[in-house]
Amino acid sequence: MVSHQSYRHSIPGIDMEELGGLLIVVEGPDSSGRSTQIWLLSRWLEQQGFAVEQMGLKRSKLVANELEQAKNGNVMSPRTMALFYATDFYDQLENRILPALRAGSVVLADRYIYTLMARDMARGAPYEWLEPLYSMSVVPDAVYLLDTSAENILDRTLSSRGQLDYWESGMDLGLARDWFQSFMLYQEAMRKHFEPLMTRFSIERIDGDRSILDVHEDLKSRIGGVLTGFSTS
Amino acid sequence: MNRSSGHGMPGRLIAVEGVDGSGKSTQIDLLHKWLVGLGCRVFFSEWNSSPLVMEATKKGKRRLLLTPTTFCLIHATDFADRYERQILPMLRAGYIVLCDRYVYTSYARDKARGCDPEWLREVYGFAQPPDITFWYHVPVEVALDRLTKSRKEPNYFEAGMDLGLSLDLREGFRIFQDRITRNYAEMVDEFGFVSMDATLPIHQQQQAARKLVQERIELSAYPSQIEHVVHDQYGIPPPVFEEDLIDAEGEW
Repeated sequence: MVSHQSYRHSIPGIDMEELGGLLIVVEGPDSSGRSTQIWLLSRWLEQQGFAVEQMGLKRSKLVANELEQAKNGNVMSPRTMALFYATDFYDQLENRILPALRAGSVVLADRYIYTLMARDMARGAPYEWLEPLYSMSVVPDAVYLLDTSAENILDRTLSSRGQLDYWESGMDLGLARDWFQSFMLYQEAMRKHFEPLMTRFSIERIDGDRSILDVHEDLKSRIGGVLTGFSTS
Repeated sequence: MNRSSGHGMPGRLIAVEGVDGSGKSTQIDLLHKWLVGLGCRVFFSEWNSSPLVMEATKKGKRRLLLTPTTFCLIHATDFADRYERQILPMLRAGYIVLCDRYVYTSYARDKARGCDPEWLREVYGFAQPPDITFWYHVPVEVALDRLTKSRKEPNYFEAGMDLGLSLDLREGFRIFQDRITRNYAEMVDEFGFVSMDATLPIHQQQQAARKLVQERIELSAYPSQIEHVVHDQYGIPPPVFEEDLIDAEGEW
């Protein structure tokens, strides 16, 4: 079994030596095709006999509902929001990811700490504060960013949902009064804040502007390499 | 007399720390009433009281969903919410802010739960240090005795039951609160705590606290605006501070 590490600080009460499995992260904005790709990957992995566990943001038992309520009221400061999301993240890390890794499963994470950090940085949080906040998280075996142009995201969002999302448009930032312009500026800001994370956290860029199947094939061939090391160790 | 403040804001920040049953909440409540009585502009904030976060904390505690990490983070979320919406604006507006527990509660308690002390200081790095931090220290038996007098048994988390230290609530409380006390003791010099002997009679502790507050903070510089409006409107003379203050001998 491959054992895992945390980035810097260890999680209280957790023996990292016990962890096997694989942690694969897919990052990317909403409408970048993340969920579709994760669904396809999950099916592909299960067909090969791997146990697959999925996790995403804002799905914790502990705070997901409260986080949603607080977001709707739109009264939290960026720092409070960052800590709320961090609580949600660690709750899922400790209660879903770690048990799954202990059991030797492949964990597919629909976004991880990088999106959270970029979002918080776009809202003014310094990296120097965010890095320690997330420094207990498990270092994934692979991280992919579905790099998708703002135009494509806009097009996909509008054609599938018929409207823009308040948060994905960064309306809380007051970048612009109209949603379209705010959306474009926010996507740009997120891209800018994500960029330095790419090398820092060895994130692989995947061209997300291609067809669903092309992206899937690309991901499969990359993950194939990670799996070879995994299943033979 | 009005020393310059580490945080550089016009307001002043006073915090009380100590284990459950140390009597710190009684002490800060009395300080609060005293300052209000003097006509100061005061704001009081309590650990774990942000309505935004409280539901999640309650649920987490009730259903035992919390790990040492999420226990810490959910309290940090509560603190950040109160800090940014209340404490900080109040300090900038020139209020005397009283906090029942501050970040040192996390440093002492979450460390006792196994969190890395350096990590805790980084997470809470945004919080400005108080002008005065009173640490009410008390032997753990006395704290336990006070708690049990008022409500029979210490609660699950006060007794560190989540750590599985003991199957017995009281024994768990002794072990866990003893760890916390040692963690507080280690921070006395690092953060300049004012150590208060919490076994002394309540009024005696209070007298000492008031004296120190008066020495370190020029209270007349923090007049309550509300009081002034009332006084101006009704022609009542503003309160004479000196008469209410404790003199050098510590008399009331």
